[in-house]
Amino acid sequence: MSFWDRHKIFEKNSIILIIGIVVVISIGGLVEIGPLFYLKSTIEKVDGVRPYTPLELAGRNVYIREGCYLCHSQMIRPLRDEVERYGHFSLAAESMYDHPFQWGSKRTGPDLARVGGKYSDDWHVTHLKNPRAIVPQSVMPNYAFLAKNEVNSSNIAEHLRTNRLIGVPYTDEQIASATEDMKAQVDPDSPGAAELLKRYPKAVVRNFDGKGGDPTELDALIAYLQMLGTLVDFKLYDEKANLR
Amino acid sequence: MTQALTSKRITVGEGGLIAFFAVLAAYCVLGVIKAQDGAFAFHSALMAAVSAWAIVAIIRRYSARGALPLQEINGVPNYNLGPVKFTAFMAMFWGIAGFTVGVIIASQLAFPALNLGEWVNFGRLRPLHTSAVIFAFGGNVLIATSFYVVQKTSRARLAGELAPWFVVIGYNLFIVIAGTGYLLGVTQSKEYAEPEWYADLMLTVIWVVYLLTFVMTLMKRKEPHIYVANWFYLAFIITIAVLHLGNNPTVPVSFFGSKSYIAWGGVQDAMFQWWYGHNAVGFFLTAGFLAIMYYFIPKRAERPVYSYRLSIIHFWALIFLYIWAGPHHLHYTALPDWTQTLGMTFSIMLWMPSWGGMINGLMTLSGAWDKLRTDPVLRMLVVSVAFYGMSTFEGPMMAIKVVNSLSHYTDWTVGHVHSGALGWVGFVSFGALYCLVPWVWNRKQLYSLKLVNWHFWIATLGIVLYISSMWVSGILQGLMWRAYTSLGFLEYSFIETVEAMHPFYVIRAAGGGLFLIGALIMAYNLWMTVRVGESSETQPRVALQAAE
Repeated sequence: MSFWDRHKIFEKNSIILIIGIVVVISIGGLVEIGPLFYLKSTIEKVDGVRPYTPLELAGRNVYIREGCYLCHSQMIRPLRDEVERYGHFSLAAESMYDHPFQWGSKRTGPDLARVGGKYSDDWHVTHLKNPRAIVPQSVMPNYAFLAKNEVNSSNIAEHLRTNRLIGVPYTDEQIASATEDMKAQVDPDSPGAAELLKRYPKAVVRNFDGKGGDPTELDALIAYLQMLGTLVDFKLYDEKANLR
Repeated sequence: MTQALTSKRITVGEGGLIAFFAVLAAYCVLGVIKAQDGAFAFHSALMAAVSAWAIVAIIRRYSARGALPLQEINGVPNYNLGPVKFTAFMAMFWGIAGFTVGVIIASQLAFPALNLGEWVNFGRLRPLHTSAVIFAFGGNVLIATSFYVVQKTSRARLAGELAPWFVVIGYNLFIVIAGTGYLLGVTQSKEYAEPEWYADLMLTVIWVVYLLTFVMTLMKRKEPHIYVANWFYLAFIITIAVLHLGNNPTVPVSFFGSKSYIAWGGVQDAMFQWWYGHNAVGFFLTAGFLAIMYYFIPKRAERPVYSYRLSIIHFWALIFLYIWAGPHHLHYTALPDWTQTLGMTFSIMLWMPSWGGMINGLMTLSGAWDKLRTDPVLRMLVVSVAFYGMSTFEGPMMAIKVVNSLSHYTDWTVGHVHSGALGWVGFVSFGALYCLVPWVWNRKQLYSLKLVNWHFWIATLGIVLYISSMWVSGILQGLMWRAYTSLGFLEYSFIETVEAMHPFYVIRAAGGGLFLIGALIMAYNLWMTVRVGESSETQPRVALQAAE
């Protein structure tokens, strides 16, 4: 029987053809994805990376909802110009609590992996409301409506709990105080603010949109942007220890 | 007939579907009452209404029908063409919708004032565009042609009576749920897999029924061999199911709210996403459309497939290698180097089976090349294969890490995608629809070949404008990002590179506009074919034989 005749078994038998296809398409995925879950070198060991504060998480959800990732990456590659333009190249550890990841695939706008602390809150407020008021050549849409929407804080604890279910290490305390933490992050003078900082080191606690009252989606989004890429202290980061 | 009426019973399918929709309707009513957000309430209400309609429709269909349709009439298979007609129509509808949204978002990048507000900003319209063209247009073309081809090449009626309708209506309803969700801000943010958990669940159910319908039809076949087009359709349907399940496991915050969190995180999520994302290209946009190539080009050219052996080799090689290529979307990222290297290596190897397919498609024209002068439909099909060859050369090249360091994050990628999407997927779909519509509506020929010719040239010009402007803008922007002055400073600020893109964004939008105009001409042509075309005498077409 020639080699080509042997192929007839697939052509004459739909179930065998299905089995053949399933086997052939499974191999690549198993080899490439499987080890990422158990090879220890996949995610670097670093200090400082923590789960998002409730307000940051809400801001991240606004970021996702508005499709920001379609034009902004959050992944600095270890190339000379990128490191110079955006800062230290991104580590896998920095997005380990990201469900889903936001690395992006296109830079119609600049990378945002380390945008935290680069601009003032005022800059962000003005820029998000009307990007061309600050950057005349910008092609970014206006997001003025974010200032009018209050963040839904009633079920934020549920969001934290869901994240814990899939592996983000939120503590019971963090979940229990999620609603208060959300409000405290825009109210630096409140007693809750100090508590929040204990639970979430390096959180930025400010009245982001400059208005009082409950946090808006604009507050949340800016809280998220202002912490991006700030958690790892690269003066202390040991690159040699994490060579892969 | 009288005998049929006395033996009329409600089938398992009819009874089962009525029960299914009753449960679904109850859940959706509960969903409206307990909804956590507006989008979920809207989608629940929509699904409740559709479920109620489905129950009524099944009962009315039952009371109107006689016995079940015959499998054969006078020895000729009694082909079920209703679902094919429906999906062919929907393909044209979604195609125009998707191309229109594409032109709008292309214009928004050139003229940001066109971002008119919350629901229609670029960020919400872009997934609408990609889903509408890939899953709505492409998906309907694939379902239409697969249901047609599997019947013809098996010489058997489509399996099931309600199942095919469940697939085609359900799939289009999924598109509506996904698309309206994007406008309302419901998205998982995983590119090309944006629909939220409930839409994902819905697609899972529909896809399983699609697979079963396809496989059961194959099992009923009267032909000893499974025709090569069906291998590709089968690989497409199975692999899309695997990819969909792998990429989308997610935990909803509430069973009555739209938001969920994906089970995978960070680097693993990135790898899952691009394993999915690249193979949505490999299996949805390639394997499925290669199946179309393997049926429609031989039929239209009236020549057998060039090489049976090549089709075997390139089929197995293509589906084996494609699945490895995902990491080339993550070059130089925080994904471990070993994975990137594997992805690059397999992407380069993928060039060979891709060109195997191209050669098999093009060489099928052997002895029939003269038809390109007289038949613009065949020309469209052949040019699509040429575009396939071009983008499957460009792809492996861009997967090389050094090249990728320049091309990644730029419009070059966008241009590459569109040379494949407009040139290959678009043209092969158009060619297939131009063949299919006269066949299934029983028309002698198309309303006007001249209009097909206009469509061909206008769309080709559009593609050329699109991809050349994206090459220039992509490479220009990549070079500007890495340009240094003689003093060792970065030469350009980011915004200067944005400003430089403007003329190319205008040209790209114009190219997209031409492509849309071509599609409108096509829609008119097909509409007139169905409405005023002369019907052909019914003549059974013999199933294609694999060339030995």
